[in-house]
Amino acid sequence: MRMPRFLHAWLMLGPALLLLAAFTHVPALATLWHALFSTPTPRRPAVFVGLNNYAALAEDPIFWQALWNNLLYALGTVPMSIALALAMALWVNGRLRGRTAMRIAFFTPTVLPMIAVANLWLFFYTPDYGMIDRLTRLLLGWGPTNWIGSQETALGAMMAIAVWKEAGFFMIFYLAALQAIPPSLLEAASLEGASRGRIFWRVTLPLLGPTTLFIAVNAVINSFRLVDHILVMTQGGPDNATALLMTYIYETGFRFWDTAQASALTGVLLAVLAVIAALQFSLLGRRTHYR
Amino acid sequence: MTAAPASADAIRLDSLRKQFGSTTVLHDIHLRAARGRFVVLLGPSGCGKSTLLRVIAGLERADGGRVVLDGRDVAELPPAARGLSMVFQSYALFPHLDVAENIVFGLRARRVAAAEREARLARAASLLGLEKLLKRRPSQLSGGQQQRVALARAIVAEAPICLMDEPLSNLDAKLRGEMRREIRALQQRLGLTMVYVTHDQAEAMSMADQVVLMRDGHIEQDATPAEIYARPASAFVASFIGTPPMSLLPLVAHAGGAGIAGLPDHLLAPASAAGALLGIRPEEVVPAEDGLPACVTAAEFLGAETVLACALGSGGALLQARIPGHHALPPGSPVRLRLPPLAHLFDANSGKRLPLPPFA
Ligand SMILES: Nc1ncnc2c1ncn2[C@@H]1O[C@H](COP(=O)(O)OP(=O)(O)OP(=O)(O)O)[C@@H](O)[C@H]1O
Ligand SMILES: [Mg+2]
Repeated sequence: MRMPRFLHAWLMLGPALLLLAAFTHVPALATLWHALFSTPTPRRPAVFVGLNNYAALAEDPIFWQALWNNLLYALGTVPMSIALALAMALWVNGRLRGRTAMRIAFFTPTVLPMIAVANLWLFFYTPDYGMIDRLTRLLLGWGPTNWIGSQETALGAMMAIAVWKEAGFFMIFYLAALQAIPPSLLEAASLEGASRGRIFWRVTLPLLGPTTLFIAVNAVINSFRLVDHILVMTQGGPDNATALLMTYIYETGFRFWDTAQASALTGVLLAVLAVIAALQFSLLGRRTHYR
Repeated sequence: MTAAPASADAIRLDSLRKQFGSTTVLHDIHLRAARGRFVVLLGPSGCGKSTLLRVIAGLERADGGRVVLDGRDVAELPPAARGLSMVFQSYALFPHLDVAENIVFGLRARRVAAAEREARLARAASLLGLEKLLKRRPSQLSGGQQQRVALARAIVAEAPICLMDEPLSNLDAKLRGEMRREIRALQQRLGLTMVYVTHDQAEAMSMADQVVLMRDGHIEQDATPAEIYARPASAFVASFIGTPPMSLLPLVAHAGGAGIAGLPDHLLAPASAAGALLGIRPEEVVPAEDGLPACVTAAEFLGAETVLACALGSGGALLQARIPGHHALPPGSPVRLRLPPLAHLFDANSGKRLPLPPFA
């Protein structure tokens, strides 16, 4: 018996496609669809409202603050965690003593669950007793600071945690990429008279291009996605100072049960991510060397 | 900078030593190479050729001895300051740069003026036939083209010394032959002092002014190709040089002289040579009615000639003979072979070349 080729192909694709569709594509499309209806209540079923939910968002100052906060959060965490990851990878890639211990140390934050991380940093940030305050008192002579309780410092405090958690993870990718660079390339460069800086900028960094693109895309997505520590530590406060798109979606959807508004917010989040990813691939991708 | 004395060698190595951990990879290496020489480092895999090259280049630190380049002790100089260029076995081309940028990488690093840089690039590109490939990436080139880019990068540096580590090992036989001639011609035209690593003795013999044959981290013989062929310094050298290499036959005492075990009627050397190894070049063996009786064990037809492997006498001595023409004899065929006059004797234990005993 001979099966037609297309049947064979669909049978092979079927299981994965079914799971992906059921748990990813259909819910995503359903969310976008729900964003066009009002929130149903026991007395009043959902009615079609067109783009009214989006219009309501446009007039919601908290939405704009969350969006702005999220941009700051991305701008603060993405370059910082990439730079730190690269620096750590370059460092532990060298022939230093105890580099295995260093690698483990840098990687540890990654394996900790975000909730545990949040607890850890609650200790660090505790006014007066916490490690941060002790350090600032010792080194700078500052008084106690309520790092996560005051509007000026809360967002920065959350960003520091994200960088701390992510840099070690991205370091692993850089480390793997660094070890894949043939040593003879670096030897050839140094024999040709290139200084260490020149070798880094003209050889190492371009060869790490694909890795950097991969990490950058992931870091940007994470900056919109990984908000567990904010939910645990500040719930978006004080006074929305640490509200991000994701925390605002959570709050709207699961605290106020305004599912229509939450769906519209999700639509905005998806659009933002899609635009950023497209930009990254076209801008960086053109200048990135793929072997 | 004062000019080095004209008599100074381009390269001088004095009691050079290198070890990795507890294993010594280079023992007490002494080497001199005059300016403009083509020196080939030859030896079996793992004998330390690459390591020696890397020590000269400064990519590895010597554990003892001196490296003197153009009269300067370069121990404290980084690779870039040693006045040499290098072609790596893997070519080490930068995959993200096009051919032109690969070639001028070093010139940019050394801040050579743009006009000069372009001029040198154009000269190197035309010398190596790369003009049409300058905008390509290395991944878009064939092996031979990549090799030429690596060569171009080495020559635009205009360094007086050029090091090459098995640059042709990735190429097919035809291209290898062409590149050998090109490299040799280029070296002579530019007056470079070349140190060239290979484990192919035919390549070494055809290109070198000076062959340095290495074994287990020391130099077994350092001589011209003609000398190393005519007077191998040891049984190891003898069995490394030539296609096929020299056959080594153990000599035993017979009445009135020395010969092969089991063939008392055919004396090959005076009695004092008994116990030594007799070296015979396969190309000097000829079939003859009055020759030694032998038994073919294998025949290899090469086109213009045939290489016969023959068992000789009762001691299992193996003699190879390179005979013009097609003689694909089946194994077991009897043949009679005449050996050349006594020319090479080696000590059976140390392998050292022995002086020829006077005929009594
Ligand atoms: N980094 C290293 N650490 C330890 N041992 C090494 C190192 N590099 C080389 N060796 C050893 O040194 C010896 C000489 O190596 P080398 O690479 O110089 O050989 P080679 O003559 O170039 O061989 P080939 O013809 O296979 O390239 C080998 O036994 C090798 O195992
Ligand atoms: Mg080698």
